[in-house]
Amino acid sequence: MSDDGAADDGTAPTDRDHAEWLDALADGDGFAIVCPDGHGSLPPRRVCPDCGSPDLSREPLDETGTVETYSVVHVPSPRFADDAPYATAVADFGPTRLTGIVRGGDASDDPPSVGIGDAVTVDVGERETDGERLVVFRPVTSAGDD
Amino acid sequence: MTDVRVAGVGLTSFGSHPGRTGRDLFAEAALRAFEDGDVDKSDVEELNYGNFMGALAEHQGHQAPLMAEAAGVRCPATRYESACASAGVAVREAVRTVAAGDADVVLAGGMERMTNLPTDEVTEGLAIAADDLFEVRAGVTFPGAYALMANAYFDAYGGGREDLAHVASKNHANAVPNEYAQYRREVSVDEAMDAPPVAEPLHLYDACPITDGASALVLVSAEYAERHGLDAPVAVTGTGQGTDRMALGDREHLARTPAADDAAAAAYADAGIDAGAVDVAEVHDCFTIAEVLALESLGLFEPGEGISAAREGITTADGDLPVNLSGGLKAKGHPVGATGGSQIAELTRLLRGDHPNSERVPDADVGVAHNAGGTVASAVVHVLEVAE
Repeated sequence: MSDDGAADDGTAPTDRDHAEWLDALADGDGFAIVCPDGHGSLPPRRVCPDCGSPDLSREPLDETGTVETYSVVHVPSPRFADDAPYATAVADFGPTRLTGIVRGGDASDDPPSVGIGDAVTVDVGERETDGERLVVFRPVTSAGDD
Repeated sequence: MTDVRVAGVGLTSFGSHPGRTGRDLFAEAALRAFEDGDVDKSDVEELNYGNFMGALAEHQGHQAPLMAEAAGVRCPATRYESACASAGVAVREAVRTVAAGDADVVLAGGMERMTNLPTDEVTEGLAIAADDLFEVRAGVTFPGAYALMANAYFDAYGGGREDLAHVASKNHANAVPNEYAQYRREVSVDEAMDAPPVAEPLHLYDACPITDGASALVLVSAEYAERHGLDAPVAVTGTGQGTDRMALGDREHLARTPAADDAAAAAYADAGIDAGAVDVAEVHDCFTIAEVLALESLGLFEPGEGISAAREGITTADGDLPVNLSGGLKAKGHPVGATGGSQIAELTRLLRGDHPNSERVPDADVGVAHNAGGTVASAVVHVLEVAE
């Protein structure tokens, strides 16, 4: 059924590519879609959004990313009601940037301190409010918190 | 190309209008615009109408025919949606239609009804202007997205919360005499600094309010104005639009807005002016940092220098380049789909000399309006000039 979009696992039909991408990310196989000129983007793509090239391939994300900006959100949308306050960040993972929520290894670390230039790894976690999957960044610390 | 004039402008008061339908709000603005311009509404050849979240707020799609009948016009009517730039693109297409000689009279504007929804649903509604898969699902709210840009800006260029508090304080002061403004009270820099956080580094007074309201403009050809003896001294001499990658994280630079750079360059070229000619500006300050980014995209300040413009008094009402004399989205209010039309209505009043703050810019001949959608994945810029 997946080809005509009627997913049987409860995900919305239009989200199939996104669900597959999250699966890969959760398995440690996160990838970007990359064109011959090295422009990276996120799926689904039929052409490169930067140059229009149809010659696209999957390339692995860097194992660690670098936080380029962040914000601690205090006023959430209803879907994140039980998650707030939380830290959202944009981090560079090589072929592309990702946007996600920063979480520490310790659940009490809420939200963890984060800064521009910090190194993070990426994983898939669950929204506290309703259990939906989301992109999670975890700070890389010398102490090893995870 | 035909010379395009702003014959009439109409606004509702911005704020909370509980129980009033969107169609009633837009009708009020449109009828006021016809009266202001002394234009017979039976001459209207097209309606270009902006609206963002009417399907959520009023369970009402397909709003353009509804608004045409509310305004008492029967002509091709189309709704434009580009998030917070919805009215900006509606006006732009009206300008192009008149300039091309395809119509002599076009009604353009927009309406948004928002306060009938609880705040968390408005937050959810506004967030749909971001990339659902890769931003909204990662917890990005509308304030949160601008907060990401603010921290990126501080990191790239310096500046901080207090600079933004000066933007808030300036725009609140400007709104005090404006009869259409939602918040006609001053907010001090200290008050802004002490307000609770929404999405750090942005706090309550860095954010525009949730607003109901409508705007309408009657745009006419100069020939029509002359033929009907209209007093329409303000011309729209330039229009430009830009588009960027939808998600903030996909942009070339997290602390700049290239879509607005492109829109400004196109609008200035269309008008045959450069940024140095601008006397007064209305810019899209949905959040204080957005005003800073707008000033830099408009070429009024170099990247990294817009942050201190309010604090140094350059953009205050008595400064060299007053910005958001209407109060801006920040204090006048931001009925999302009406804002782009409202900015041009206010700029027209400022240039005509009948705005409560016109005395701040008595010699102004050139104004610029900057309207942005999402985190500036869409941007529209218009140049207005006193033509006679």
